Amino acid sequence: MQVTVTVNGVEYTKEIEGRLLLVHFLRDTLGLTGTHWGCDTSNCGTCVVWMDGEPVKSCTVLAAMAGGREVRTVEGLANGAELDPIQEGFRQCHGLQCGFCTPGMLMTCRHLLDKNPDPTEGEIREAISGQICRCTGYSSIVRSVRWAAVHEAEAAETKEEAVAQ
Amino acid sequence: MTTVQEPSQVKLTEFEDNDQKPVGFGRMLRKEDARLLRGRGRFVDDVQLPGMLHLAILRSPFAHANIVSIDTSAAEASPGVKAVVTGETLKGLGLAWMPTLSNDVQAVLATDKVRFQGQEVAFVVAEDRYQARDALELIDVEYDVLDPVIDVRRALEPDAPIIRTDLEGKNDNHVFDWETGDEEETNRVFAEADVIVKEDIVYPRVHPAPMETCGSVADFDPVEGKLRLWSTTQAPHAHRTLYAIVAGIPEHKIQVIAPDIGGGFGNKVPIYPGYVHSIVGSIVTGKPVKWMEDRSENLISTGFARDYIMRAEIAATREGKILAIRTNVLADHGAFNGTAAPVKYPAGFFGVFTGSYDLQAAHCKMTAVYTNKAPGGVAYACSFRITEAVYLVERIVDVLAYELQMDPAELRLKNFIQKDQFPYTTKTGWVYDSGDYEPTMRLAMEMAGYDELRKEQAEKRARGELMGIGISFFTEAVGAGPRKDMDILGLGMADGCELRVHPTGKAVVRLSVKTQGQGHETTFAQIIAEELGIPPADIDVVHGDTDNTPFGLGTYGSRSTPVSGAAAALVARKVRDKAKLIASAMLEVSVADIDWVKGSFSVKGDPGKSVTIQDIAMRAHGAGDLPDGMEGGLEAQICYNPSNLTYPHGAYICVVDVDPGTAEVKVRRFIAVDDCGTRINPMIIEGQVHGGLTDGVGMALMEMISFDEDGNCLGASLMDYLIPTALEVPDWETGYTVTPSPHHPIGAKGVGESATVGSPPAIVNAVVDALKPYGIRHADMPLTPSRVWDAMRGQATPPI
Repeated sequence: MQVTVTVNGVEYTKEIEGRLLLVHFLRDTLGLTGTHWGCDTSNCGTCVVWMDGEPVKSCTVLAAMAGGREVRTVEGLANGAELDPIQEGFRQCHGLQCGFCTPGMLMTCRHLLDKNPDPTEGEIREAISGQICRCTGYSSIVRSVRWAAVHEAEAAETKEEAVAQ
Repeated sequence: MTTVQEPSQVKLTEFEDNDQKPVGFGRMLRKEDARLLRGRGRFVDDVQLPGMLHLAILRSPFAHANIVSIDTSAAEASPGVKAVVTGETLKGLGLAWMPTLSNDVQAVLATDKVRFQGQEVAFVVAEDRYQARDALELIDVEYDVLDPVIDVRRALEPDAPIIRTDLEGKNDNHVFDWETGDEEETNRVFAEADVIVKEDIVYPRVHPAPMETCGSVADFDPVEGKLRLWSTTQAPHAHRTLYAIVAGIPEHKIQVIAPDIGGGFGNKVPIYPGYVHSIVGSIVTGKPVKWMEDRSENLISTGFARDYIMRAEIAATREGKILAIRTNVLADHGAFNGTAAPVKYPAGFFGVFTGSYDLQAAHCKMTAVYTNKAPGGVAYACSFRITEAVYLVERIVDVLAYELQMDPAELRLKNFIQKDQFPYTTKTGWVYDSGDYEPTMRLAMEMAGYDELRKEQAEKRARGELMGIGISFFTEAVGAGPRKDMDILGLGMADGCELRVHPTGKAVVRLSVKTQGQGHETTFAQIIAEELGIPPADIDVVHGDTDNTPFGLGTYGSRSTPVSGAAAALVARKVRDKAKLIASAMLEVSVADIDWVKGSFSVKGDPGKSVTIQDIAMRAHGAGDLPDGMEGGLEAQICYNPSNLTYPHGAYICVVDVDPGTAEVKVRRFIAVDDCGTRINPMIIEGQVHGGLTDGVGMALMEMISFDEDGNCLGASLMDYLIPTALEVPDWETGYTVTPSPHHPIGAKGVGESATVGSPPAIVNAVVDALKPYGIRHADMPLTPSRVWDAMRGQATPPI
C-alpha cells in the first residue's frame, strides 16, 4: 500500500506493507535512526515520537496509521546548530548516559513543557513514567526538564522586555 | 583525606559555570552528548549496509527436549528467504559448539537436544526482518520433551535428569566446587563464640536488560577474507580473539566495531550464538547480515545475573564484636557455564564476603550446578559476584544486630577495618588497598539525620505506622586485574593505550575499553588533559574499533578507570617526559631546570621563559634538530598491568514506608556516600551512582526472572520483568569522601557498579526494619507487595 506521511515538516510518499510498524518505517524506510526500538510491548518508551502533536509509542503504531498525519521525531527538535532547550537541559544536567532512551525521553519531555511550562518534580516523574531509563536513575532527567523550564521562562521574559522596549 | 558533601540538588546557577575548568578534573559536560541528543548516535541497529540481509533465530519452546527432526523446506521456499541454517549445517562446518568465557562449551545451534527455553535451534536469513520472522513460523521441529531440572537442589539429586549429555562421561549436573578461607579455624572461632546467627538468604535470578538489546551486523568480504563485525560488545578485543579461535578466521582479518552501545551492565560481555549466526549468515550468503534480538529474546536467552542460594552464619561476642562469617552457597549456572569471570575465579570475587569488617576467620563453600535455564551468572553491574557477597554480609550483619538488639549503624562502626590497618589482608586473602570507613559512615548518618530518623520511627511505630531505616556499608574490589592472577580464556586482563599529539597540539588517545554510557569520551580526555595540559576539547578519544585501538580486555567489572584510566595517565606521562626533553632544548637549559605547570614548561625561577605543549608538539614534528638521538613525533603507547585491584567503599542509608494495608513499599529517601578515590568528573560519578541505586530498587523490590515447573521463563517481557520507572525511585541524595588508591597513578578507583552492589541490602534492611513489629528479621527479594504481605503474616517463603 501507499502511504504519505509528513515527518519533521518533510512529506514522504512510500510503498509499504500494511503491517509495517511506524518505528521501522522511520528507521528503515526513511533512515531516521534517531528513534529507537526497545521492547515490543509499549513498556520502555524509547520509540516515542509525536503524531499530530501527541506522543505515541511508534513500536505499536502501524506506519499506515500515520498516513496523512504529521510526525515529529528527535531529528526535528534542534533548530539547525541550536539545540532545543530540552536537549540543552539534558546536556547541562547529565540527563543521558548511553543515550538510547534519550530520543523518546526528549519527545515526551518537550511535550510536557509545551502543555505545562513550569512542571513540578512530581509532574515530570508522572510524565516520563511510561518510559524506562536504565542509566540515569531519573533524578538528572527531572533536573534537565527543570533546567529547560527555567531557561525557557527566562528567554520568554527577555523576549517580552525586548518587544516592550 | 577530605570530606566534602556534594549537594544532592544542584542549584540552577551552577550550570552557568560548567566548563570554566577546561583542563583536568572536575565537572565537565560530556563530549558524546552532541550526537546522542540529536538522534545522531550510531547504534548497531542503525548500521545500514548496501544489500544487507536480516537474520532471525528460531528458539526452543521447551526447557529440555531431544530434537527428533527439523524440516526447513517450507521456510526455504518462503518469500525473501536466502538461507536457513540448522545445527546440522553448523556441525558440518565444525561450528555447532563454541567455547564459553568459563572454558565450558555452548551450542551455537542445538544439534542433539535443547537445554533451556529460548535456546537457539535454527536461523533464517531473509531480505527484510519481517520476512525472516515469517519464515521462522514455517520451520517444523519435532521435539521429544524431557523432564526439566529447574530447581538447583533437584539438580544435585542422584536421580535427576542429566542436562549435559554432550560432555563425555558426565553423569551428574555438577559444575564445580569452590572453597575459600580456613574451615578449621572458622569452625573453632564459631565453637567458642557467645552468639551465632544463621539465616538462609536468596539472591534471585535477575537480568541486566539494557535498553538496547544485543545484536550484530556481519560483513564478510570473501575476496579480502576480511570480516567486519559491528556488535553490541563491551569487550571488542577479547571478542575478536575468540572469533579467530572459533571461526578460524585469522585475527588480523577480523575487525570488531562496537559503535554506540545502549547500555551494557555486563549483558554485553559474553559472545552469544546470535553474533556467530550473523557471521555464518554473511559467509553463506555473501552479503552483510544484521541480527537484532527482540526484548523477549534478550530476557530469556542472554546473560542473567545472580541466582545464589546462600546459608550465612555469623559469630560474635555478646558485646557485638564480629568474629567470623561462614557460608555455604548453591549457585545456579544454567545450562552452560557461561560465567564471564577470570579463569582462576569460578565464583568471581565472591571471596570478599567478609565485607568491611575486621574478622578472625572466614570460610565459604560453594557448589555450582547446571539447570535447564539460560546461561550467564556474572552480569548486571555485579563486579564479578560482589553484589552477592555484599548482600550476604550486609544482610547477616543486620540479622545479628536484630538478635543482639543493637543499632545496625553502631554494630558496623564497632567492627570496621581501621584506617591504619590498610593495606588490609582479609581472611580470604584479598588485599584491600586503602580505606577510611568511619568518616564515610558518619557522613551518611549526618546527611540522613540518622538520630532524628530513629526518633521519627519510634513515634510512627507507636501509632502503628511502618517506617524502616536500612543501612549497608560495602567494600568493592574492582579493576581486574593483575595478569599474574587474572585472565579470561588465557587473555591477561591488562589494557593498552596509545596517545598521539598532532603537530598543532591537538591529540588522539586510543583505548582498549569501550563506553556503554559511562562517558569515556569525556573522562579519558580529562585524564590526558590533567596530565598534559591539552584542553579536553582538543583531544579525540577513539574506542570500540579493534583495527584502530590497542589490545585490552574491555569495559566491565568497573575496570575502565582502574585499568585503562591508569594506562591513559601513564601514556600521557610518557609523552610529557619526551616533551620535557624537547622543552629543555628549546629553552636551552638542562632538564633539571625545567618546571612543569599544567600545559607549559618553564625555566626554574624564570616563569616568563616558557614553552607550551602546543609549541613543543610543533617542534617535535617540525623543522630543525631535536635533542641528540631523539626521534621525531610526540606519541607513546603503553600496556598497563595493574598491581592490585582498587577497593572503593561506601555507606548507604535507605528510608522506606510500608503501607500496612497493601504491603506496598515506598522508598522515601536514599542517601549514598561513595568513596571512589580521586574523582575525575563528579557529574559522571554522580550519574553512575544514581543508575546503580535505581538497579538496587529494581532488584530489592521488583525484578526477578522466575520459571514455572516446566521451565517456562515467567519474566520474558517488560510487562512481566518489572524495571523501576521514575515513580518508584526517590530523588537520590549523594555525598562523597576521597581515599585515593595508593597504587593507581591518579589515585582513582572504579565506581560504575558500586551503587548496584551496595544498594540492595540497604533497601532490604530498611523493609525488614519496617517489619520489625511483626518479629521479622529476614525476608527475601524481590519485596513485592504480595511477598511483603506474606512476610507480615508470618508466611514468608523463599522466591526459589
